[in-house]
Amino acid sequence: MNLIIVLPIIIPLLFAVSMLFFWKNVRVHKILNVIASIFSLVVAGLLLSDVNNSGILSLQVGSWQAPFGISLVADLLASIMVLITAVIGLTVSIYSFGSLDEQREKFLYYPLLQFLLMGINGAFLTGDIFNLYVWFEVMLISSFVLLALGGKREQLEGAIKYVTLNLVSSAIFLAAVGILYGIVGTLNMADIARKIPLVEQKELVTVVSFLFMVAFGIKAAVFPLFFWLPASYHTPPITVSAIFAGLLTKVGVYALIRVFTLIFTQDSNFTHTVLLVIAGTTMLTGVLGAASQNDMRKILSFHIISQIGYMIMGLALFSPLAIAGAIFYIIHHIIVKTNLFLVSGVVDKMKGSFQLKKIGGLYKYYPLLGLLFLIPALSLAGIPPLSGFWAKFVVIKAGLEINQMLIVVVALIVGLLTLFSMTKIWNEAFWKDDPSGNENILDDSFSSVSISKKVLMFSPIIVLALITIVIGFNAEPFFNIANNAAAQLLNPNEYISKVLGL
Amino acid sequence: MTFLLAILVGVLYSAGIYMILRRSLVKVIIGLIFLGHAANLLIFTIGRITKGIPAFVPANGTKLVEPFADPLPQALILTAIVIGFGVQAFAIVLFKRAYQTVGTDDLDEMKSTDELKENMQ
Repeated sequence: MNLIIVLPIIIPLLFAVSMLFFWKNVRVHKILNVIASIFSLVVAGLLLSDVNNSGILSLQVGSWQAPFGISLVADLLASIMVLITAVIGLTVSIYSFGSLDEQREKFLYYPLLQFLLMGINGAFLTGDIFNLYVWFEVMLISSFVLLALGGKREQLEGAIKYVTLNLVSSAIFLAAVGILYGIVGTLNMADIARKIPLVEQKELVTVVSFLFMVAFGIKAAVFPLFFWLPASYHTPPITVSAIFAGLLTKVGVYALIRVFTLIFTQDSNFTHTVLLVIAGTTMLTGVLGAASQNDMRKILSFHIISQIGYMIMGLALFSPLAIAGAIFYIIHHIIVKTNLFLVSGVVDKMKGSFQLKKIGGLYKYYPLLGLLFLIPALSLAGIPPLSGFWAKFVVIKAGLEINQMLIVVVALIVGLLTLFSMTKIWNEAFWKDDPSGNENILDDSFSSVSISKKVLMFSPIIVLALITIVIGFNAEPFFNIANNAAAQLLNPNEYISKVLGL
Repeated sequence: MTFLLAILVGVLYSAGIYMILRRSLVKVIIGLIFLGHAANLLIFTIGRITKGIPAFVPANGTKLVEPFADPLPQALILTAIVIGFGVQAFAIVLFKRAYQTVGTDDLDEMKSTDELKENMQ
């Protein structure tokens, strides 16, 4: 029995439910939330070290034998994702204590956060394709409420687009699962992987793989299915944006990596070429969209899309180095992207706006904040020696190795344009003089913020920036683990035998 | 039976897609409900309908004898219906709230989140 696999799902559930017993007591919510986040972090660390030492772990829920019951599987990729989720969960919770308004806290923000984390962890750890659908729904319904919580006009408009497109994606996913079950007669992903080569109608399998590509593509916000993201991610409070930006789209990328390495590899010439085209267009449209924007959060939202392109590119190139690059990219991106959103939240608190035209002069009086912005921003653009450089380096090297020059050129251009966007934010928000003239006067809301709240807001940013630097200067252990995870993905025999107990 | 259900699934899908392309919020939610039902019926149909032979072990035997109806698609549909019910209920409330706040149910009027802010003033 590997009960530890179930803990990353159970802990958020238990704590979220116990928070509901203290309905209006925000203090209790905060305490329970921190305890839950720390527990999740410890468990996730233990899980990763277990999987790293003893190989893939699996658990048959309720002891129903595998392919009949639901399996939970923790391979290296899943446990890496669970660990990063825990890191982001803890840092964003602490940031929320400092920045979130009391009104939202009273309306069950913290339980919802834990339910969201439970859904994300469940999606990473499940080994059953229908169960993956269920976890997606758990994650979605929590994210719907978090997005709409507060009920401002723009939030509701953003939520309509987000909800509608995600429900369409769920309907497609559900239909795809149904058709896949009709073809292979099983829902256990390991069992599907074993039976798919025996299927006679290869074309049908390819068609289903495209249904999955569309369903997960909407969730991962790839071209041309990303339109819900820039319409909604900038509307909720910055803590919600940060956790969405860091984690939600990456669940889609994770699902794509999972099904297109484990299940749909029989026609990889065709499917992975399509993925490669998607990767290139996603990168380009994302970065060009960002270049046209003047709202900090919108620029960052569009950059999520362009960075997703790099991860899909790693998956599409489908060589061991490329998959390792994609995994490394996900690790780097989640940390950096969340951090950038958190920094933009501080900028908004200080100057009262996200509009680059209205703010400025931050560097003169807050050089520390400037530094804290530059670390993730330069890392996102891929400046050595920060984490983003290694992530881009590995993915592009993988492209060069198998002679996919076009995608490599696109990736390099997009890297350059990312740098352009980041310097744009830097110039406008930090470098130029404040357009209103009174540079050192902060927005009232920030000068009235207590010191302890400021500490709560800055400490997560500093921690995430330090992680970025550590990954940058000490990339080898991170790359090694990504490499091992890629090796497990590309050789699914261990996964299949561990789950089915062969 | 399978043939009729296949046609029904097709009709539901086309009606659903038509409805979510409309501008009115109410029609969009009806379209989403249609798409959900279409997916459920699709699972039901594609799980190979076997009429009148439930998956019970006979009283004097020890294992199932072929042919029998596969109970799994029905379990999937049941789960999907429950999830769909909850999500659609949430969507209806969200859409109503948006209608009250924005003052219109025309999706073309709800584009403040997509505009460049500098052009708005």
